[in-house]
Amino acid sequence: MIYFDKVSKYYNAGQSIAIEDVTFQVAPKEFVSIVGHSGAGKSTLLKMLIAEERPTTGQVFFESLDIHQIPRVKLPKYRRKIGTVFQDFKLLPHKTAFENIAFAMEANGRADDEIMENVPQALALVDLEDKSWNFPHELSGGEKQRVAIARAIVNQPDIIIADEPTGNLDPIATYEVVQILRKINDLGTTVIMTTHNKGVIDELGRRVITMDEGRIVRDDQEGKYVL
Amino acid sequence: MWTGFKRIVRSGFVGFWRNAFVSLASIFVMTVALLVIGATMLSDQLLGVTLKNIQDKVDINLYFVTTASQEDIDALVARLEAMDEVTEVRYTSRDEALTQFRERHKNDELTIQALEELGDNPLGASLAIKAADTTQYENIATFIEEQRALEEPQAPLIDEVNYFKNKGSIDKLTGIIGAAQKASVITLAVLMIAAVLITFNTIRLAIYTTREEISVMRLVGASNTFIRGPFMLQGLMYGLIAGVVAILILYPVVLWIGPASESFFQFNLFEYFVNDFVHIFSVLVGSGMALGLISSVLAVSRYLRV
Repeated sequence: MIYFDKVSKYYNAGQSIAIEDVTFQVAPKEFVSIVGHSGAGKSTLLKMLIAEERPTTGQVFFESLDIHQIPRVKLPKYRRKIGTVFQDFKLLPHKTAFENIAFAMEANGRADDEIMENVPQALALVDLEDKSWNFPHELSGGEKQRVAIARAIVNQPDIIIADEPTGNLDPIATYEVVQILRKINDLGTTVIMTTHNKGVIDELGRRVITMDEGRIVRDDQEGKYVL
Repeated sequence: MWTGFKRIVRSGFVGFWRNAFVSLASIFVMTVALLVIGATMLSDQLLGVTLKNIQDKVDINLYFVTTASQEDIDALVARLEAMDEVTEVRYTSRDEALTQFRERHKNDELTIQALEELGDNPLGASLAIKAADTTQYENIATFIEEQRALEEPQAPLIDEVNYFKNKGSIDKLTGIIGAAQKASVITLAVLMIAAVLITFNTIRLAIYTTREEISVMRLVGASNTFIRGPFMLQGLMYGLIAGVVAILILYPVVLWIGPASESFFQFNLFEYFVNDFVHIFSVLVGSGMALGLISSVLAVSRYLRV
């Protein structure tokens, strides 16, 4: 479903290496964790998937589509196939939880009655029905991240990308967020997540890709956090 | 398409309301900018009218000798009227001159008595000549001098031309009018540019505070039109409200200044404001909305290149 083919990314005209010669595949319905130290290139991999960064050499495919050949005007349409979750949540501060989720559907051109139906469902999935009319600054970190996950899944994307989703959360919120991601994966959505959190990885018991200095050093089907 | 438009409009209004402080600050700055434009328009008008009034007071007076024949006078008038520079030649006959003189001195027994003693009318006919522009009097005066040179010395026609007596003050006035017009154009341009830049910068800052949001919208898959739309609407609303507020502020000001400008400049600013209201309104509100819209589009496009 996703295929990185000998991808490298250099900054400062080859001075610094973000990613070097990375090749891997992700099959549909997989739950893949990418682990590694800060600066190992985890986030860069994810940014390439949503076409926020371009590789210096190599190609990234989504199904049979070369992501970096997509013209700029068609990027929004491509990005709607991918739900993204970030460490710093990236909610729209002047919109309520409900509106944040509805925005993703509005941007997608979905009908009003669909929005009225799907947004409460998404909020229910992350267990936040009672906070729909709260603004982000009225929510805790864990609640914000759950809103962000609800926003990511509401358009029923083929794949969820989560960049350090638990990086700013306490252990309980971390547990909740991971459970939600696992539930989403069980419902049939591919999940790709980067993390630092050993507990999360060991608890999940799914495929783990370990990166170091821009290269893949391990790829285990039922991985542990080894670094 | 229609739902998209509806959502953009709703999102524009909601954003305007929830960012009330930023909206208010932008409107305030734009109001000041538009007031500057409005005040410049009004003072430009005032200056123009004043200069025109002053120019209208300038003319050349040409006095004929008392023995001048009507035929010769008519011929000279015809020649003067044929000149491009001349806009008006007003003829005052000997009798009219006498009537005006009596009228002016009707309380002055001595002068009237002296006039009666003379028996005959001592006054000659005269011409008041006006030009479109004060710089053209020189040419007209030269032309009159040429005519005078052609006269036969025994039977002169023109007694006196007052241009050369007034030449100094006419030249000075021409200089002042030219300088005032130049200064007003420069001031107008500088103030306009300042108003445009200030407005642009204010809106840019207002949108700068939402740059994170814009990048989030892009990442969620919103198209550029969908992101840009609400900001464009807000820019238009800022301009509209600021334009109306500027008009509302100008109204009492010109109402107050009106009578004073009437007596000082012979031009009632308030009447001009009321008569030309549609023009002033459309310039202020129109330029406000255009400024708001263009500033928003330019400011947002900086952050759409994610």
